[in-house]
Amino acid sequence: MNTAQPSIDDRNMRTGGMALLGALAMLGLGYAAVPLYDLFCRVTGFGGTTQVATEAEAVSAARAGIAKEISIRFDASTARDVPWSFAPAQATDTVRIGQRDLASYIARNDSNYPVTGTATFNVEPAQAGKYFHKIQCFCFTQQTLQPGQEVNMPVLYYVDPAILEDEFMADVEQITLSYTFHRAKEAVDTDS
Amino acid sequence: MATTAEGFDTHTEDHAHDHADHKPGFFKRWFMSTNHKDIGTLYLIFAIIAGIVGGAMSGVMRLELAEPGIQYLAGAVEFFGGNPSENANLHMWNVFITAHGLIMVFFMVMPAMIGGFGNWFVPLMIGAPDMAFPRMNNVSFWLTVAGFISLCFSLFVPGTGPDALGAGVGWTVYAPLSTTGNPGPAVDFAIFSLHLAGAGSILGATNFITTIFNMRAPGMTLHKMPLFVWSVLVTAFLLLLALPVLAAAITMLLTDRNFQTTFFDPAGGGDPVLYQHLFWFFGHPEVYIMILPGFGMISQIVATFSRKPVFGYLGMAYAMVAIGVVGFIVWAHHMYTVGLDVNTKMYFTAATMVIAVPTGVKIFSWIATMWGGSMEFKSPMVWAMGFIFLFTVGGVTGVVLANGGIDDNLHDTYYVVAHFHYVLSMGAVFSLFAGFYYWFPKMSGRMHSEFLSHLHFWGFFIGVNVIFFPQHFLGMNGMPRRIPDYPEAFAYWNEISSYGYMIMALSMIVFFVNLAYAFTIGKKAAANPWGEGATTLEWTLSSPPPFHQFETLPVIEDHHDYHDHRPASA
Repeated sequence: MNTAQPSIDDRNMRTGGMALLGALAMLGLGYAAVPLYDLFCRVTGFGGTTQVATEAEAVSAARAGIAKEISIRFDASTARDVPWSFAPAQATDTVRIGQRDLASYIARNDSNYPVTGTATFNVEPAQAGKYFHKIQCFCFTQQTLQPGQEVNMPVLYYVDPAILEDEFMADVEQITLSYTFHRAKEAVDTDS
Repeated sequence: MATTAEGFDTHTEDHAHDHADHKPGFFKRWFMSTNHKDIGTLYLIFAIIAGIVGGAMSGVMRLELAEPGIQYLAGAVEFFGGNPSENANLHMWNVFITAHGLIMVFFMVMPAMIGGFGNWFVPLMIGAPDMAFPRMNNVSFWLTVAGFISLCFSLFVPGTGPDALGAGVGWTVYAPLSTTGNPGPAVDFAIFSLHLAGAGSILGATNFITTIFNMRAPGMTLHKMPLFVWSVLVTAFLLLLALPVLAAAITMLLTDRNFQTTFFDPAGGGDPVLYQHLFWFFGHPEVYIMILPGFGMISQIVATFSRKPVFGYLGMAYAMVAIGVVGFIVWAHHMYTVGLDVNTKMYFTAATMVIAVPTGVKIFSWIATMWGGSMEFKSPMVWAMGFIFLFTVGGVTGVVLANGGIDDNLHDTYYVVAHFHYVLSMGAVFSLFAGFYYWFPKMSGRMHSEFLSHLHFWGFFIGVNVIFFPQHFLGMNGMPRRIPDYPEAFAYWNEISSYGYMIMALSMIVFFVNLAYAFTIGKKAAANPWGEGATTLEWTLSSPPPFHQFETLPVIEDHHDYHDHRPASA
């Protein structure tokens, strides 16, 4: 054996160390998946994640002046531990693509204690997520309802005109916007 | 030619007699072992024990499913110390499917294939004296044992409530069933068990990669390595890259359960579907981890008993590499029903079907190896041929399930159960038995009974087919998996499936009788009991090999190809 060569033990330590580093990197990647997945969904609309639009973007979308209409269906549900009645004010709306529309949901706290909820949301079909833009939404912040309180929860949205150029959206005639209220994790409310 | 093999053998023995065969005392040898063959033996014994436990659980499940209604679950609840009630009984079912799955995957198939045969034969086949890190090898084994104990412990502590014991979460441990759905400590023990077994496997994988890269005998290039060694190398890389992702995911589960994080809880901005993505990013490579070493063993066995070099060696080696690589980018085909959009489903359908190509390369190459060979239907060979047939059946249903559209209909039905048992409890397990009968004479120095091995084969072959083939019918008719009761309409095929279990169980008795036969009146095994088809380095050593082998490293000469590593003829 050439004496200039590192010994077998040294080579083993190096190879084994590199392998363990690889495993460590994958562990890190597993954790990195949490923010990356969130980012990925928000950017691509994956899983029906809706987009957030500014006032200016909404104005320019409306300026496209498209005559075609699309139907929007509204869906609402609550998690088991949220004692609210929660329903859309209208089952469906027909809107012109690019034009903003205001839809409302009505929520009432049926319990005798204040409850703070946070809404998760998406649209069906999932590939419509990147074309569904919200300008304002009650889902952007947590909502607290006092016992018996009923509120109107508005969502201001428009459908991006780019939807017309997407072949995978060609057969979509209706988009369902869905919300689910969960009990907010750091809620300040007190149970019964 | 034969004389040189002899000569090689005695050459090692000459050195061996003073110290190569000196064995430490019982406790030191078996509890503090650093010898790759002893650790391999420990892994095999451990896998057999875990297999009995996991197999007994499936027996209880087939008993319960033999007819409609719920008959035996209350007894099982009492057995583990719970309090029977409708909820506790149904929870018991979830506990059974969870424990059966986890035990068979992590504590039977993986320890047997990688820990058992991998430890035993990777160093022998590449001409190495031992593994690169013998002490770490010991750590890997005992971590696996500790993991198994933790999992068994979970069966006796509260799962959903003080009366409903055990982790009823499925081997996938999906949130929210595993977070808010099973608040008791049982799931923590199950997660801890996966941590331990996972850590053991990662260390083992590091050890194999280092051994295979650095410790090959002079002249044993990567392209001259036996295919079994190739298969373990690819498997080790899959383990190294996939298991840490599982570790991350289940650690997040653990903190979601105990420390109020919300990685998978939508109320705090998390997403339960993310858990599924992480799990299956591990889980899909995991199914190849369970089958690739089997591919390697089948290649050795088919070549040995056809007395021909394996057909398309490089294609076979790189097909395994391709399966390993593509295996990382198909995970969402387990998640077609979570609400993926059409494009995503199309991608995962296409990518999944691509895997059928390298798999087909392997199947056809095995057939081509047999083609025109001078075949001998010894016990390892019948198991290997059973493997090729049954794995292909499981592969065909796999291609069916790969279709996002069809899967909407078949997802979580017994069709899926039939599919993965064809590739695992027939694919992986047939390759395990093939490997066991192939190497048992080498490992023990005793010959098993060919008659009993064949009897075991036919009993097992008929048994598992009777169990699982009808499950295709049940699944196509809509019977959901993971449910202990079913309507009358499914009774017929369920009853037949349960009869199949009894046939299979009887054949396992034959297996243990065969072991007892071999260790008592079995003939002493020659260095090479399989004749001139067995050309890899382990057959140049005595049976069993000396405690320390290859003190003088064997040399693979230029004229040796990938197939024949025996010392040069004089």
